[in-house]
Amino acid sequence: MSVAVTPEAPARGIRGYIRNPWRKPRFLQATTIGYLLWSMLPVLIAVFFSFNSGRSRSSWQGFGLTWWSTSPTDSILHDAEIRAAMLQTFKLSFLTVIIAVPLGTLFAIGIDRWHGRPARAANFTMLLSFVVPEIILGVSLYILFTSLFKDIIPLGTNAQLLGLVAYQVSYPVIIVRARLLTIGPEYEEAAMDLGSTPNQAIKRVLLPLLIPAIFASVALVFADTVDDFVTVQALSAGSTSQTLAMKIYSAARASPTPEVNAAATVMLITTLLVIAGGVLFYKRFSKGQELGGATDFAQL
Amino acid sequence: MPEIATETTTPVEQEQTQEPRRRRRRRRGGPPASEERSGVWYPRWYWPSFIAPGTIALIFLFVLPFYVVFSVAFGTVDFNNFGTAVPYYAPWWWSFHTFNGTLQQFYAGTHIYQAPLFRTFEYVIAASIICLVLGYTVAYYTARYATKYKGLILILLVSPFWISYLMRIYAWQGLLDVNGPINKILGPFGFGHTNFLEGKPITIILGLVYGYIPFMILPIYASLDRIQESLLEAGRDLGGSGAQTFWRVTLPLSRPAILAGIVIVTLPMFGDYYTNDLLGSTKTSMFGNLISQQTEATAGSTRAASLVLILSVIVLIPMMYYLRETRKQVEQA
Repeated sequence: MSVAVTPEAPARGIRGYIRNPWRKPRFLQATTIGYLLWSMLPVLIAVFFSFNSGRSRSSWQGFGLTWWSTSPTDSILHDAEIRAAMLQTFKLSFLTVIIAVPLGTLFAIGIDRWHGRPARAANFTMLLSFVVPEIILGVSLYILFTSLFKDIIPLGTNAQLLGLVAYQVSYPVIIVRARLLTIGPEYEEAAMDLGSTPNQAIKRVLLPLLIPAIFASVALVFADTVDDFVTVQALSAGSTSQTLAMKIYSAARASPTPEVNAAATVMLITTLLVIAGGVLFYKRFSKGQELGGATDFAQL
Repeated sequence: MPEIATETTTPVEQEQTQEPRRRRRRRRGGPPASEERSGVWYPRWYWPSFIAPGTIALIFLFVLPFYVVFSVAFGTVDFNNFGTAVPYYAPWWWSFHTFNGTLQQFYAGTHIYQAPLFRTFEYVIAASIICLVLGYTVAYYTARYATKYKGLILILLVSPFWISYLMRIYAWQGLLDVNGPINKILGPFGFGHTNFLEGKPITIILGLVYGYIPFMILPIYASLDRIQESLLEAGRDLGGSGAQTFWRVTLPLSRPAILAGIVIVTLPMFGDYYTNDLLGSTKTSMFGNLISQQTEATAGSTRAASLVLILSVIVLIPMMYYLRETRKQVEQA
């Protein structure tokens, strides 16, 4: 009889919802949406308040570019201190990329090919520098540069640069290494079978294959050093080596105005642009090679 | 110039050279593994020279500083010179007198460091639990149900990584202000004018969650995404309810990711000091604050060094666990 086949009319109410095996995951959905709003809204609001015309960064007093360009002393366009801080930030990030990415790339290639005991010890140290809480590394370096290296490298830009290199060098190692594991040694071997020297094989076969990973490292290290605060603050020599992040921190502890929001927005846009550029390059150069760019970025 | 060998190794030979790893390692001066594999002769210094620059940087900027921390922590203090640190670089001169003085602050006398230490553990544990529960829920939804919007959700989940931590916490400072939006929303419910920024533990805990939860979500998401649908279907086919399948299939399969997530989240939390600096007061200061106060003080080096050593001991076990797990993953790959 057809009665047995007709499905039961769905029970109503909460019990019916729980019993229904095809129910929509409303609770999970609501939590996820709530989480995403919670994680993004505060930042957007902070950006929004950089356009507040008044001094407050919590109550809206009308739209204005006071803190961006109009105010002759307190806008980020005219505030000499903020401009110096931006310059210092980009200088440090640029130099860190130039030093840390080649060091890390070479290290990754070496560690992938040489499995001797010293290599394993070096790799362990490298990974350790990656997981150690930043404050431990930062304060250790602070103590180094104020005691043993006091007369050679005093606190300041050089110390900050070296500290950032120490903290960031492990990023390219991890990214490039992951790439090397998927590439395998075959391409290089083929090149050498065809008569190239090891150096030529690395330069003309391996490095082009590694370009996406190197680009990713550049973007990552740059974005991360722009955002870096702990190391840079620990190794700074006062106002002459102040970075944007330090400026935000000190202003936030004293009497913050929307100028800080504007400065933070500049930092935000810089990192997002750099990362977006990195992802695009990665996708472009790794076309045809099976590897999602975003997953590699997400791994860190 | 290194020459190229004409013969290449067969797969069988490769396996044989891969297998007895122990034995090969002991053969001193023997050719490195890659050499046997590729059949190409490299000079002995060839691969080491790739590692050398990075290693030298690490020795001078990671190993040496840590050694200097020991020397300063186990050195003495020059009381004639405003109490500046006098490091002992030779281990046989190390004295534990000043280090002991710092250590005692945790349990003896006025024990001014005890409260921050306990507080740190409380906050870190509470924040990790919230991170886990909330993070798992979000990761689970994204991996299993977010069909059409998966790409968008993933971008939103990843983007906090690229927004400076400082800015994210700073954003909350404005929101939680006595006259800020949160208080305005809470106003009609009778909670208005709460000063969230005056050393409220809940503010700090949620601030920590806010700062570090992305690190929890992504590994869990990655592991949930890898679980094959067929395993879950098998669970249901064999008579398990949805909840049973979750407890007995999904959860055990995501356990490594949960542990990894907890470690990744707790490590930076233990060293965190800026969350409290921006959202709290001395009533909520954590271990990281103790260290940062000492680096700001005029002659705090010795104290700072001792505290760094103590913090290193605290984070040693999660750190080693994490390193072991990543090593396993690399070996599997």
